[in-house]
Amino acid sequence: MATTHTHSAARLMMAPSVILLFAWMAVPLGMTIYFSFLRYNLLMPGMEEYTGFLNYQYFLTDPAFFAALTNTLLLVGGVLAITIVGGIAFALLLDQPIFGQGIVRILVIAPFFVMPTVSALVWKNMFMNPVNGLFAWISRSLGFAPVDFLASIPLLSIIIIVAWQWLPFATLIMLTALQSLDEEQKDAAEMDGAGAVSRFIYIVLPHMARAITVVILIETIFLLSVFAEILVTTNGGPGTASTNLTYLVYAQALLQFDIGGASAGGIVAVILANIVAIFLVRLIGKNLEA
Amino acid sequence: MGSITLRNVSKVFGEAKVIPSIDLDIEDGEFVVFVGPSGCGKSTLLRLIAGLEDVSGGEIVIDGKPATDAPPARRGLAMVFQSYALYPHMSVRSNIAFPLKMAGMDKAEIDRKVADAAKVLNLTDYLERKPRQLSGGQRQRVAIGRAIVRQPKAFLFDEPLSNLDAALRVNMRLEISELHQQLQTTMIYVTHDQVEAMTMADKIVVLNKGRIEQVGSPLDLYRKPANLFVAGFIGSPKMNLIEGEYAQAQGAKTVGIRPEHMSLSHDSGSWAGTVTIAEHLGSDTFMHIDVDGIGTVTARADGDFACRHGDRVYMTPDQNRLYRFDEKGLAL
Repeated sequence: MATTHTHSAARLMMAPSVILLFAWMAVPLGMTIYFSFLRYNLLMPGMEEYTGFLNYQYFLTDPAFFAALTNTLLLVGGVLAITIVGGIAFALLLDQPIFGQGIVRILVIAPFFVMPTVSALVWKNMFMNPVNGLFAWISRSLGFAPVDFLASIPLLSIIIIVAWQWLPFATLIMLTALQSLDEEQKDAAEMDGAGAVSRFIYIVLPHMARAITVVILIETIFLLSVFAEILVTTNGGPGTASTNLTYLVYAQALLQFDIGGASAGGIVAVILANIVAIFLVRLIGKNLEA
Repeated sequence: MGSITLRNVSKVFGEAKVIPSIDLDIEDGEFVVFVGPSGCGKSTLLRLIAGLEDVSGGEIVIDGKPATDAPPARRGLAMVFQSYALYPHMSVRSNIAFPLKMAGMDKAEIDRKVADAAKVLNLTDYLERKPRQLSGGQRQRVAIGRAIVRQPKAFLFDEPLSNLDAALRVNMRLEISELHQQLQTTMIYVTHDQVEAMTMADKIVVLNKGRIEQVGSPLDLYRKPANLFVAGFIGSPKMNLIEGEYAQAQGAKTVGIRPEHMSLSHDSGSWAGTVTIAEHLGSDTFMHIDVDGIGTVTARADGDFACRHGDRVYMTPDQNRLYRFDEKGLAL
């Protein structure tokens, strides 16, 4: 009896936060689904009417949609590849005892604290600018023609900017994992005749599998919704060369004032995110089990 | 095969001189135990021999060949660690096979050797399990298995039993001794437990503050301790060390008498005292006795000797087994 009481009391106590959280998620989602079935354009207020799946049809057959889908996946994949490999490399370096270790570690973490718009602007104006940028100056002083990064390779430029922001996060997680590796295991591997490379492959990497999984899952969640960097640098262009799903939805809603179409796009994005999530959890989720 | 020689070996960590200078000869096939209190440098010495730490000075010769600058893998030694250091993501089979795989041995040969080692150590049924699914004793055996497959010149054990419970520890002690009888390979064993040292060793090296206090067979150390430190460290319970008038009367700064070398009586003896604590173990009784004019003394009596807290007892130290030490703590 006592436990039954405790259970119902606990449920009662938890109810407000559960209801609040649920409402927070369900109401916007419900409204988005509702809007996605309306012909709802801000330029024609008061003319909303039910259109069935027409919004979805337009959104999914829009050539920009496929460009955006490819860009989204390339962006996520590219940044993940750079941050995982780079993060492991940096973590291995930072794990070595060096002079001024504390300061170096803070410097490495720093990019994570810079807000996305600021770092995108810094990259755009100070590094990638074809006239005043550092990269342009380097290539000119070596006798090459400067590359106009954001015009000729916009998606790659954005991948570089976003990877720069997320590298510290990956490094931090990897470094923690690396430091929790038992010294005696490394010693044992050394006694067993494993060289530095074998030790890394057979001992260090398997030990870091869980950390790598965490980095992939968390970064994927955030990278699917990269927006500020695109808005500040390329505005999704040239054409749709650097438009991802998030930016496409924004353009639909606030540049073309098509709330119905944007809502349909939002729902499509949610479904795609879930597909990616299921795929990831199936693929690497077992690493998280103890 | 597996003789190891240390000449003037020293180790310095920054400012701290962990090992000032050590000379030591280990014969082939010997079971040598490094024993000493924690922080005496015994583990460091083992790691120097293994090659996991670089020596600051001196030289190490293994099997007649200079090994001072050789990397650990080249020295042909195998080590069993305190935490076992098994690779958690590998099965028992892969753990044992790892050193062979690193040596580039072919698959069939590896399988055969792993199977042999597993049979010797009773691990055949566990080969597909992960280390976390094993008990402490089994993990210990896997660690030993990983060491024996390589057929090393010598085994190094770094406090391998300290994570096991008391009953298992006694068992594993026997197993390691049996293994030594079977393989006849040099073994170096580090422990802070003098019981392990006494029961397993052919030769004990007593270390204190990075210096060798004495080297000898277990009974040598027990019967003829070279100094106060060894006298106090070897033997359980500890030797009673008595200073003051009684010692001066014997012509020494300190006099040592082991608890088992005193005869106890209820009515007569050269010392009289009051029992403060009596520990009845069944076979023996250990008594802490407050002796008039001397201080607290530990004595061993037969398990049948009746006594309890507060009793008056008399005891007579065996004059032939009295140890005398001078001002520097050296035996006279």
